[in-house]
Amino acid sequence: MNDAQGSPQTVVVFGGTSEIAGALLRRLAARRARTVVLAGRDAARLEAAAAELRAAGVTLVETLPFEAADTAGHQALVDGVFDRHRDIDLALIAFGELGDQAALEADPEAAAGLARVNYVAAVSVGLAVAARMRAQGHGNLVALSSVAAERPRRSNFVYGSTKAGMDAFFRGLGDSLRGSGARVVVVRPGFVHTRMTAGLPPAPFATTPDAVAAGIVRALETGAATVWVPSILKWVMTVLRHLPGPVFRKLGER
Amino acid sequence: MARELLAGWGRTAPTSADVCRPPSNAAALAALAAAPARGVIARGMGRSYGDAAQNAGGMVISTAALSGIGWADEASGLVRAAGGASLGDVLGFLVPQGWVLPVVPGTRHVSVGGAVAGDVHGKNHEVDGSFAGHVVALTLATPGGARRVTPGDDPDLFWATAGGLGLTGLVLEATLRAVRVESASVRVVTRRAGGIDGVMAALDAGHGRHRYAVAWLDGLARGAALGRGLVSWGDHAGVADLPAARRAEPLALGPARSVAVPAWWPGSPMPVPAVAALNELRFCRGPDVETTSVEPLDRFLFPLDAVDGWNRLYGRAGFVQYQFVVPFSAGDVVARSLDRLRAVGCPPLLAVLKRLGTADAGPLSFPMPGWTLAVDFPASLAGLASVLDELDELVAGAGGRVYLAKDARMRPELLAVMYPELDRWRARQRAVDPGGVLRSDLSRRLGLLGTIAGAG
Repeated sequence: MNDAQGSPQTVVVFGGTSEIAGALLRRLAARRARTVVLAGRDAARLEAAAAELRAAGVTLVETLPFEAADTAGHQALVDGVFDRHRDIDLALIAFGELGDQAALEADPEAAAGLARVNYVAAVSVGLAVAARMRAQGHGNLVALSSVAAERPRRSNFVYGSTKAGMDAFFRGLGDSLRGSGARVVVVRPGFVHTRMTAGLPPAPFATTPDAVAAGIVRALETGAATVWVPSILKWVMTVLRHLPGPVFRKLGER
Repeated sequence: MARELLAGWGRTAPTSADVCRPPSNAAALAALAAAPARGVIARGMGRSYGDAAQNAGGMVISTAALSGIGWADEASGLVRAAGGASLGDVLGFLVPQGWVLPVVPGTRHVSVGGAVAGDVHGKNHEVDGSFAGHVVALTLATPGGARRVTPGDDPDLFWATAGGLGLTGLVLEATLRAVRVESASVRVVTRRAGGIDGVMAALDAGHGRHRYAVAWLDGLARGAALGRGLVSWGDHAGVADLPAARRAEPLALGPARSVAVPAWWPGSPMPVPAVAALNELRFCRGPDVETTSVEPLDRFLFPLDAVDGWNRLYGRAGFVQYQFVVPFSAGDVVARSLDRLRAVGCPPLLAVLKRLGTADAGPLSFPMPGWTLAVDFPASLAGLASVLDELDELVAGAGGRVYLAKDARMRPELLAVMYPELDRWRARQRAVDPGGVLRSDLSRRLGLLGTIAGAG
């Protein structure tokens, strides 16, 4: 069960090798998390993450092969997790790909693949988790969106559009869960220094996985439905969202 | 039966359950027999601060409609009250006839069943013990059917139920021993004390001289003034103590006066400087030397009831009430806790200190001889989670414990340290509920029934 400050005891992560997930789990393990399920693709990395969690005091860590694009298997996979561990207090949707914008523009099939992972798979996992949380009467569903969801940019609009879709989906899902005891938290980090962004020029207000994790923990304490990391991005994006197209494009070229 | 979102009085961690409101004892027993896979727990007035009376995804049986009150034996002051009757209603029945309940908590809005399940205590614990000590008999709806339980006939089940957080069954009815009073007033002696040591010394000095004793502390004061407060002692007033105007009808209870928190109250907690200013005012208005007044019984006993819906003052994210007791020999933990809370920027907005007396036989019953401090915080306060974890360790290390009926965040690993008779309680609980039907969010969160986290 979650405690008064939103600290979970049982956590499942979809995209279990995500660095943001790792940072969040380190913080949760220091509080109340004693059971963690890591679902992901890279077995070796999952095992390494699992070992770190065991060392941090998590008594039960389960690793689970999870293929985001295999939406047909999601329902059974999610049901299996909930059946084995009975209560899931927090589910984190942490999988996603950035892709290379130029390559994606040149390869529509690859772009569709990115959309399947970032958006379509998030929808199917999100619905499967939401149904079980509704039934158990509680739970926090945390979805890693992106600041890129807010307004498409020339330089990464394929990725941005997939995040915009998943962001809208989880906000709507949150509304649909009102009164059920389950809650959705949508997280919109700016540029985060991770494997996924290695080698890319950092954007302004770049942040770290641990800062994002701290933002999520804070949202669990306050009950916020949306988290921006760093928090100033909320105001930055409020301005950027309303800029006239030519000005916005000009900014994007810099 | 409908799904409803339920939270404790602290309004933290709400969860949803199917709520059923049986109109009779028979219907309550039938509901218990039809418990779903995620189990069932009883809920009275919802005044437990934490998650003791909620059961996510399962069933919650509201005792609201089970509210009858009558004499079992008027001559000896035995009153029979249904599990859903509020202590306020019981007093409304008793006081005009010259009786009171010997033990009541700081609010009248507590059900008889809840008072048993929390084994609540009042400002007179050193003199009168806790609630269960004045319960003569219980009618308990258990998964195996209705059972009449007395401390003499079935001490195991009786004391597992006292402080048992509803996990041995639903209290259908309790027979309570009332005590005689001459008036509906209390003779109150009050004085202020300049720091936590002064307050504790004052409470020590008053020990044994009065029935009731309590101190309100200013947890926001700085430096040496930290923990300064008002100490109040009370005794039931005789007719001769009353002002002439009240002597004609000494047992008349005035109308319950309260103001409500307005609907437009913002979603954020009360600002700390405002509370600090109110504390300053309250402290400075307190008398420097012992001063006697005569106050209506309910105003003295139920200070929390002066403001309806006061839990909303803490804003949308709710609040945490943390209450611990430490042995008298570890009284320094009180000052160290207040210091630590101040140091990390989490000073309590409300703090109450009392002395507790002899423990009763309930393995999960909270009171034990020592100092008990209760403190309130907005739940969203940054850093609160870790400082309360620190205090837990301090309290457990000193041989003390945290009050489970108020808990919403304790580290489950400390449960057996704080409640060394836990295994004995578990064995009795299992005996009355072998199928594991009775469950609550609290029991899941703390692993009360045997397995930590995840045990359905």
